[in-house]
Amino acid sequence: MLELEFMRLALATGAIVGVLAPAVGFFLVERRASLVGDGLGHVAFAGVAAGYLLGVSPVLTALVAAVLGALAIEWLRTRGGAAGDQALALVFYTGIAAGVVLVSSAGALNVNLFQYLFGSILTVTRNDLWTVLVLGAGALAVIAALYRALVAVVLDEEGSRVAGVPIAFLNVVIAVLAALTVAVSMRIVGILLIAALMVLPVIAANRVAWSLASTLGLAMAIGLASALAGLTIAYYADLPPGGTIVLVAAGAFLVCAAAAEVVRGR
Amino acid sequence: MPDPPAVQLADVSFAYRTGVRVLENVSLEVAPGEFVAIAGPNGGGKTTLLRLILGLERPGSGTVRVFGEPVGAGRPGQRIGYLPQRAHLGGEAPVTVREVVSAGRLAPAGMWGPLRRHDRDVVRQAIHTVGLGHRADAPLRTLSGGMQQRAFIAKALASEPSLLVLDEPTTGVDAESQESLAGLLESLRRDLGVTVLYVSHEFGAVEHVVGRIVLVRGRIVFDGPPGELPGVWHDPSHVHA
Repeated sequence: MLELEFMRLALATGAIVGVLAPAVGFFLVERRASLVGDGLGHVAFAGVAAGYLLGVSPVLTALVAAVLGALAIEWLRTRGGAAGDQALALVFYTGIAAGVVLVSSAGALNVNLFQYLFGSILTVTRNDLWTVLVLGAGALAVIAALYRALVAVVLDEEGSRVAGVPIAFLNVVIAVLAALTVAVSMRIVGILLIAALMVLPVIAANRVAWSLASTLGLAMAIGLASALAGLTIAYYADLPPGGTIVLVAAGAFLVCAAAAEVVRGR
Repeated sequence: MPDPPAVQLADVSFAYRTGVRVLENVSLEVAPGEFVAIAGPNGGGKTTLLRLILGLERPGSGTVRVFGEPVGAGRPGQRIGYLPQRAHLGGEAPVTVREVVSAGRLAPAGMWGPLRRHDRDVVRQAIHTVGLGHRADAPLRTLSGGMQQRAFIAKALASEPSLLVLDEPTTGVDAESQESLAGLLESLRRDLGVTVLYVSHEFGAVEHVVGRIVLVRGRIVFDGPPGELPGVWHDPSHVHA
């Protein structure tokens, strides 16, 4: 398997995505905003379609669309008078509708588009790897630098606001990180399943962790293991990588939930 | 020049909707180092009063100052330790006492990078002050309600506040924990000079340590030491009426 260039590229990209997605998803799950990644995936779909229509890189247009979608959700939630789930629904459905219209206009309802929707091992190029590496490392560096502040907002947003912490800035940081994760992950996991890799490792880790820091660390480890194991299984069994990775992550959740039950039962 | 009041409200009125005033022409001064209980019925405006002091709401008219500065400007907020009503943890993640308390150190320590040694020492001291030194790394959800409340007080203390604001801190806490909370707050006031604002619909737990009671029912209907409180107000049913 490793003698094949495309698998080495897929595994390297998958490793970065496997670590990054739960690291960002951690802050969404703990703020009870687990579905934000899903909504952004649908907006990214419109971005991919726009890329086909304009003849530019779909990854770039997906990134722009996801960032705009994330900022729209945040604006609607904080200033637009919409509750969190309403803001998400607005952006979610507008994104998928725009995607369908743009795809139809571009005449791009073909195999290439499906690669973005469900992920593909074969399509990762060396340039893709560099893009994912740079953006992923940047996103992880931002999380490391702002970890305490992001945790404080998760724990007590109102108390942090009283203390003068720039809540709006931190909320935008989380939203943009989520958009970035969706854009860089879609080649491997696919737009429709990336949110699962952001969420499942975190709720699995929640079952067995003993602190916030251990939850984050375990979630990243589960994400990494799911990505590498999922890609390997997908290669040997000729399965779609996105679905396989997410099923492995779902299996990890079951294992963690069972382990927690065993410990509690003692 | 004398120190400015810890809290100063001058002729403050507030309405959530036009025409429905929650507070009307409220004026209040709290001196540094005072322990004041703000009591009153549910819906009487005491939580609104608190939110105005914290800068979470803006008055319709009048002014609110904390340590001489207008609230909402950021700086006064850094001197306030705030224990919200039903302090909660976002999400379901396990979180340790130390992680909760460290979050309270964000404003003074700055938000970039890890905590420095001095800040970690302040966090450790805050945990010891509330008597949780032996459970510092325990998941919060394994502690009793009273101990969890102490962890949140330690979080408020981690910012080394000059003003400690507690909103309904005895909700869901047993009588013994309420007693020990009263003792802890009094020692913070006495030993560290912290001004304490204790907001509750009942004040029985702190009546023996509090220096002053302010009763709010849309306006201030009583302001004085507990000993001067008319007997009828000691009846919780009256306060609730």
